[in-house]
Amino acid sequence: MNSGDTAWVLISAALVLFMTPGLAFFYGGMVRSKNVLGMLMQNFFAIGIVSILWAMIGFSIAFGGTGPLIGNTEFAWLANVATLDGNIPGLAFVAFQMMFAVITPALITGATADRLKFGAYALLIAIWSILVYAPVARWVFNPNGWIYEMGALDFAGGAAIHINAGVAALAVVLVIGNRRGHGSEPMPPHNLPFTMLGTGILWFGWMGFNAGSALAADGVAAQAVVNTQLAAAAGMLGWLLVERIKRGHATTLGAASGAVAGLVAVTPCAGFVGGASPMIIGAVAGAGCFAALGIKERMDWDDSLDVIAVHLVGGIIGTLLLGLFADSAVNGDTDGLFFGGGAELLKDQFVAAAAVGAFSFTVTLGIAVVISKTMGLRVSEDEELRGLDQSQHAEAAYSA
Amino acid sequence: MKLVTAVVKPFKLDDVKDALKAIGVAGITVTEVRGFGRQGGHTETYRGAEYKIDFVPKVSLSVVIADDAVDSVVDTIVSSAATGKIGDGKIWVTDVERLVRIRTGEEGADAI
Repeated sequence: MNSGDTAWVLISAALVLFMTPGLAFFYGGMVRSKNVLGMLMQNFFAIGIVSILWAMIGFSIAFGGTGPLIGNTEFAWLANVATLDGNIPGLAFVAFQMMFAVITPALITGATADRLKFGAYALLIAIWSILVYAPVARWVFNPNGWIYEMGALDFAGGAAIHINAGVAALAVVLVIGNRRGHGSEPMPPHNLPFTMLGTGILWFGWMGFNAGSALAADGVAAQAVVNTQLAAAAGMLGWLLVERIKRGHATTLGAASGAVAGLVAVTPCAGFVGGASPMIIGAVAGAGCFAALGIKERMDWDDSLDVIAVHLVGGIIGTLLLGLFADSAVNGDTDGLFFGGGAELLKDQFVAAAAVGAFSFTVTLGIAVVISKTMGLRVSEDEELRGLDQSQHAEAAYSA
Repeated sequence: MKLVTAVVKPFKLDDVKDALKAIGVAGITVTEVRGFGRQGGHTETYRGAEYKIDFVPKVSLSVVIADDAVDSVVDTIVSSAATGKIGDGKIWVTDVERLVRIRTGEEGADAI
C-alpha cells in the first residue's frame, strides 16, 4: 500500500462529501425563502440515506463480481472489502465512491424544487440509488462494466453522474409537473450570496472529485487539478461573455452557473486531456449551457434550477468532447479525434452517453410514476403555497 | 398633536434623521417598506429570465410632534430627503387623538 496515494484518496473522499452541502447552498439560494430548508434538507438527507444504502448493497452492485451489467452481493454490508486492497485500501475506495453515490441523486433536487413531498423524495432516491446509480456506476467505473470494456472513457462521471442525474431530473419533472404559478408569477432566487457560497464549496470539493479519481497522488491527479481549475474558469468566462452580449449584464448567478457548467463538462475529461483542451471544454460548456437554458422554456418543463441545462447538457458536452480531446500522452492509451485516434472514441462516447441517458430516463420514469400513483410525489396545493419549510418540516428558515 | 409620516428613499434616511435632530425632534420610528408609484420598478435577470420588479424599497418614518412644529418638520424632511429625481417619496400629516409615554404614563404634549 502507498501511504501518499491513500492519504490523497481519503482527503478526496472528504472533499467530495463537502460538495453535497455545497450543492445544498447552491440550490438553496435559488429557491424562494419559504422553500430553502426543504432544499437544504433534501440534500443533507441524501448524505444520510445513500451512505447507508451504499454500504448495505450499492457498492457491491457497482463493484462486486465480474458481470458486465450488474454486480453481486460479495461486498454487501462491506464484507470482503479487504480483498480490494492494493495501492490503496479497499475501504478508501469504498469511502470515495460513497460520496459520488451521495451527490448524484442530490443533483436531481434542483429540478423538482418547491413541490416534491419529502417522504416521496426519500423513497425516490433510495430506490434510484439501487436501481439506477449503482448499475450505471458499474457500467462506467468498473473495469468489468460493459461501457468501460467497450472503451468509452469517463474519468470522474460525466455520463455516470451528470448525464445520469440530468436525465433523471427530466423524468421526474415530467411526472411531478410544473410549480404552481410557473411562468405567471416571478420566482427569483431569494439569496444569491448562498448560491455563491455553495458554488465556492462545490468548486473546492470538485478538486477531490476529479483529481481523486486518479486514485493516486501522481501526475494524473495533478493534471486533473489543473484541468478542473482551467475548465471552471473558462466556463465562467464563456457563460458571462454570452450572457453579457445577449442580456446586457454579467450576473453573479451567471458566474456561478458558468463555473459549474465548466466543472461538469471537465468531469469525464479531467485525467485524459491536457494543454489547452480543458479551457476549450470549459468555454464550450459555459456558452453551451447558457444556450441550453432555452430548452425548458420551449418545452414548458419546469426544471426549476436548470439541472438539464447545466448537468445534462454539460455532461453531454464533456462526454462527447472527450472523444475529440483525449490525449494518450496525458494518460491511458486512447486518443480522441483531434489527437490522431480517429472517430472510434467519439463513437464510444456517444454510445455511453445515449445508453446511460436511455436507461436512467426509463427506470427513473418508472420509479416516479409508481411513487406518484401510490403515495404521491407532490405536495398538496396548500402545502406548496405555504412552502416546504413549514409544510414538510414544521420549521422556518428566517424568524420574523 | 400631529403624526407626520414620510416615505423616502432609503439612502436619504440618515440625512433626514440628522436634519430632524438638528431642529430638536426627539425621536422617530422607522420601517422598511416597499411600494410602487410613478418611479416604477426595475428589471432583474436570473439565468436569462427577466423579472419585472414593481415594488421599490423605501423607508417610512413616523414622528409625533406638537401642532406648531408641523411646518418646520415637514419643510426639514422635504429639504433633506429631496434629490430632485422621480421617486423621492411623500409626506402626509394626520391628527393624533391621544399620546401616552409608557414608562411614566405622561399624556399629550408631555409625552412627545
